[in-house]
Amino acid sequence: MLETVWNAVAAILAFPPVAVALFMVALMVTVAIYTLMERKVIGFMQVRMGPNWISFFGLPFLRGVAQPFADVIKLLVKEVILPTNANRYLFMIAPLLAIVPALSAWAVVPFAENWVFANVNAGLLYVLALTSMGVYGIIVAGWASNSKYAFLGAMRSAAQVVSYEIAMGFALIGVMILAGSLNLQEIVLAQQGNIFDWYWFPLLPLFVVYLISGVAETNRAPFDVAEGESEIVAGFHVEYSGAAFAVFFLAEYANMILIAALTTVMFVGGWLSPFAGLPGVGDSLLGKPHIGWFLVKMVFFMFLFLWFRATFPRYRYDQIMRLGWKVFIPITIVWVMVTAVMMLGGLVQRGV
Amino acid sequence: MNTVVRYFKSLMLIELFKGLGVTMRYFGRPKFTLRYPEEKTPKSNRFRGLHALRRYPNGEERCIACKLCEAVCPALAITIESTQREDGTRRTTRYDIDLFKCIYCGFCEESCPVDSIVETDLHEYHFENRGENVVTKAQLLAIGDRFEEQIAAARRQDAAYR
Repeated sequence: MLETVWNAVAAILAFPPVAVALFMVALMVTVAIYTLMERKVIGFMQVRMGPNWISFFGLPFLRGVAQPFADVIKLLVKEVILPTNANRYLFMIAPLLAIVPALSAWAVVPFAENWVFANVNAGLLYVLALTSMGVYGIIVAGWASNSKYAFLGAMRSAAQVVSYEIAMGFALIGVMILAGSLNLQEIVLAQQGNIFDWYWFPLLPLFVVYLISGVAETNRAPFDVAEGESEIVAGFHVEYSGAAFAVFFLAEYANMILIAALTTVMFVGGWLSPFAGLPGVGDSLLGKPHIGWFLVKMVFFMFLFLWFRATFPRYRYDQIMRLGWKVFIPITIVWVMVTAVMMLGGLVQRGV
Repeated sequence: MNTVVRYFKSLMLIELFKGLGVTMRYFGRPKFTLRYPEEKTPKSNRFRGLHALRRYPNGEERCIACKLCEAVCPALAITIESTQREDGTRRTTRYDIDLFKCIYCGFCEESCPVDSIVETDLHEYHFENRGENVVTKAQLLAIGDRFEEQIAAARRQDAAYR
């Protein structure tokens, strides 16, 4: 009896529209909690407390937890102001252009073996294509606002994202060489073995470059010249308010979580356990692959984003360009060649 | 050689890791923040907040309408009118302090020969309507009656230094 009920529930949950809807809700809640986490972590690193007042039903141990939900309600009930000379159509469509790629890229991310919405073979290309689509939302927003600050922010962000896309792509070429596949699930399975079989180790420079490019790609501190509140107010979303601003906000955080998930998948073995292959622990439950490992690694990279923001001052614009073109691209090209040589020399084996 | 070392250091991200170490150390430190309405910083007994008019223990108001406070007030916040009472003493009929003008310098308290006008340590007060910023004699006396113990204790603590 219980088994039939469970099977029915499982069947409903596996029905694609239901699963996608559930995932979207989960992602939104994660974004909400992530914003709270950001304010708490940065607050703690600055030796203050962060939000510590608003709670659910006045429960004292939930102090501060309801803050992001209160913020969401505030943003949704506020007016969306349309600037007088803004291009109405583009102005309203820009937030959608920002959020759609941020959400749809999740379709190919494998959370655990066969826990993926679309197990496509060109998953890596799909991810690269969609993450670079996100910049259109920013450019269109900056253009449609008809404000010089927004326009400057959009231009900066466009140049920056295009520059770092290249380094990011090269970093992933290393992963492709080693995994011999563009399918994200196969990339994870190719990393099976112990913790040094994960690609962060043979591809350490590429891993670092990918992580930093990921921060730059999402326009986060220390690469947040697109927002640069000290010189161009808030960059491309100066003119946005209310729900439209909330959508941009959501897109930014969804992108950060996505980059964290992708780093997990490409470089630190997705859902594979770090204890696998160790004697003793490796044979116990801790050594088994599990979605929990994926989440732990993803949260760690999400934390890194916040940690970076609390630590590093913003790069100057020319420094960003120098880092992207004159440092990262040469490093990645060299290490792609080194990887190829390592494979020819038999130092590392192709995974699949 | 130095250039090589510098390039090596910057490629190894050594400075950046140091910075991350600093923020992580502070992450675990106890925080300086006070949860304000629940926790408050201690106040000095010389704190100059909301004003009050005091009375003698027998209930007689101290103020003798000498108008020294009115004269000394640099912000011209005090307005006093006085008359002769039936028992022949001079008393105020009006004692208004405009709290928007007041700069909380404490000169009125310093000038008062009978320790009548004082500044209490109350600082958590607000006005909801225009005009409420002018506190009248009755209000000032009421504040004095209500917080007399506090006021007297603060004055006793500070007496040795005056």
